[in-house]
Parts: sequence; structure tokens; C-alpha cells
Amino acid sequence: MNCQQAKSLVHAYADGELEAAAILEIEQHFQNCPGCASDLRNLQSLKKSLRSDALYFTAPAELRQRIKSELPSPRMAVPQNWAWNWNWLTAATSGAFAVCLALLLMMSQARPSSEKQLAQEVVSSHALDVVSTDQHTVKPWFNGKLDFSPPVKDLSAQGFPLSGGRLDYLGGRSVAALVYQRQKHIINVFVWPTNAGDLKALSVTAGQGYHLIHWVEGGMVFWAVSDLNQKELSEFVQDFETVKAFNP
Amino acid sequence: MPHLDAAYNLARWLAGNDHDAQDVAQEASLRAFKFFGSFRGENARAWLLSIVRNTFYTWLRKNRPREKMIELNEETLEIEDVSANAEAFNPPFADAEAVRRAIAGLPVEFREIVILREMEGFSYKEIAELAEVPIGTVMSRLARARKLLQKHLAAEFNPGGQS
Repeated sequence: MNCQQAKSLVHAYADGELEAAAILEIEQHFQNCPGCASDLRNLQSLKKSLRSDALYFTAPAELRQRIKSELPSPRMAVPQNWAWNWNWLTAATSGAFAVCLALLLMMSQARPSSEKQLAQEVVSSHALDVVSTDQHTVKPWFNGKLDFSPPVKDLSAQGFPLSGGRLDYLGGRSVAALVYQRQKHIINVFVWPTNAGDLKALSVTAGQGYHLIHWVEGGMVFWAVSDLNQKELSEFVQDFETVKAFNP
Repeated sequence: MPHLDAAYNLARWLAGNDHDAQDVAQEASLRAFKFFGSFRGENARAWLLSIVRNTFYTWLRKNRPREKMIELNEETLEIEDVSANAEAFNPPFADAEAVRRAIAGLPVEFREIVILREMEGFSYKEIAELAEVPIGTVMSRLARARKLLQKHLAAEFNPGGQS
């Protein structure tokens, strides 16, 4: 091996990326060539100083806390003062449901900065995968993308025009997200199938200006999430339940 | 939260300050969680760091569109031989601050390869997958980054000398 070859391989050698035969050759070259041996020592010295613990930034506790407060976690404590009906809570056991519950807790506990983040993540700025005010476009768009067919309804006459739809992921499964609008407010309706029996709509004020309404109908779980006021969101849900779905 | 230190460390070195690094690391972690269902690979740390990387570059384009990126011809240039200076610098390298400044001065695409190799200990192949570049590019960037670091440190430790 000559110096030229050694120079091109010295990094791979120092990084332990050379194969056995090449290692033998380059080591022999280092023994006979003070220049290349000096290059190697400099490189090793540089590598050592780059690995110094002093250069490694560990995550601040504050960041850890911020992320923790936004992640759904089985260890997350449920506030005691919530007006939950535990009977139906325990009845609904799907994993996705647990995520939604955590989502709800996140919303209620979110601090202003994380609330903004959450709003981005969950409520508003998600790019719509299909932008359409037409249920006839949105409904077939989900075909083949999901293992179920979400009911897409036209509520424009009721003042809730459809904006579009997208796929979302909750609890490791794909869910449909239908997006409706009232003036500047966005209403996300998350839908996925369940084995649970029908549940009447239950509304929850999640704090930070968010409202959620949950119901189960015809083997589908629904969560309507919006910064719309509770009264109008309830109207939306009533209309959603009343109006018949488009079925080709 | 496994690997959060690695996520923050990479974000911190890429973004250059704590505030932006926290934003990038947080967004990446939440994204990683959200798509956890789609993760099938074995190396969770590499996967998380690839999300940090993508999140950072999206952030960079939006917030610092003028950040200097390396130019292609610069990368393919023959690396200057610094061994002529070898006697001039064999610095103790104990001064972490000087090393920190040297790393911070690298172009961002070189910096990330150095972090992934030296601080995270990834193999060339893992880095190539993570950074979505050919393995030859990983090697040339790493070699070039190290030369730049040596040059910078030599200048710091031997300000009078030619470097």
C-alpha cells in the first residue's frame, strides 16, 4: 500500500469500517511511514476530542416535560374533578378510544405554547388530503385507503360546509378525518369502526377554547373536535346525526 | 421517552441554539409518536434521528432560507492535504470550547455527519440510510469535515502559523 491509498483509507480504518485484509495492509504501511502514522494519530486525537461528553447536549428537563405533557400516556393521571360518566368510559375499551381520551386530556392540560402546537397537530393546519366541498368526491376518496367506509354527509344547508377529508393516525390505526367549517372555525370529525353499541352524544369542554363531542352510532366511533362554541358544535352534531349519509 | 437526548443533541448541533433545538426536537418527537404505528425498522434511535433531521431541514427552509449550504463542486474538490502542517499542530484538544466552535463552524451537511458518526457512533451504512445520501458521500463529507476541523483547530492553537 502506498501513501495515496493509505490517505484514502485512513478514515475508514479509524472508524473501524475496513475489512480484515485492508486492515493488515494499512497497519503495515503505518509501521513504515511516519507521515501517515502521524496523520492517523492526529485523526484519532480529533475523534477522541469529538467524543467528549462535554460536547454532548442532553435534553433539558423542560423539553422532556413539554413532550410528556403532549403525549398520550397510560400513566397520565386523570383529573378528579371531571364530570365523567365512568360507566361508559370503561365500556369503551378500544385502543383508539384511549388515545382520544388522552388527546382530550392533553387539550385540557395544554399550556398556551403546546396548545398552539396541538392546534396545529390536531385541529386546523393539517393539510387536507382531499380538498373538496363535495361529499361525492370525499367519500370515494377514502375507498381503498381505509378498511371501513366513513359516513360523509352534506351539511352545507345547515351552515356547515364540508372542506375535505384526510387520513389520520390515532392509536396506531388509520382513521378518517372529515373536516367541516363554520365561518372561520374548523370542525374535525374523527371516525373509525368499533364493536361497541350506540352511545348518545356526550359533550366535553376541554378548556383552552376547545370542545369535543363523542358518540357511537351504527358501529362507528365519532369524535367531533372544534374551537367552535359548545352550542354550535352541539347543533353540528345533531345535524350530523340527522342528515343521511351519501351512499352511492 | 427513549433517545430524547440523542434527538435534542442532534437538533441542538444543527439549529445552533437551545430554543430552536427544543422546538425541532419536540416536533420530531411528537411526529415520531404519531407515526409509531408505521415504524417497522429495528433501530428506533436512527429512525427518530432521521425524523429530527427532516424536521430540522423543513424548519431551516422556512426560518433561515439563506443558511449557507455546501455547494456540490466544493464537495467533490480534492481535499487539501493538511499533513504538511502535521508538526505544527498536535494540540491537546482538551479545550472543549475550541472544538465546539470548530464544529459549529462546519457547513450543516458536514456537521450532521460528524455528529452521527462521532457522537452517536453510527456506521457509514446507517448514516447513509439516515441522511439519505450514498455511502461514498458519507465518507467524503466525513473526511472533508475532519480536515476542516483540524484546520480550524490548528489555527486556534497556533494563531501565528500558516494554516
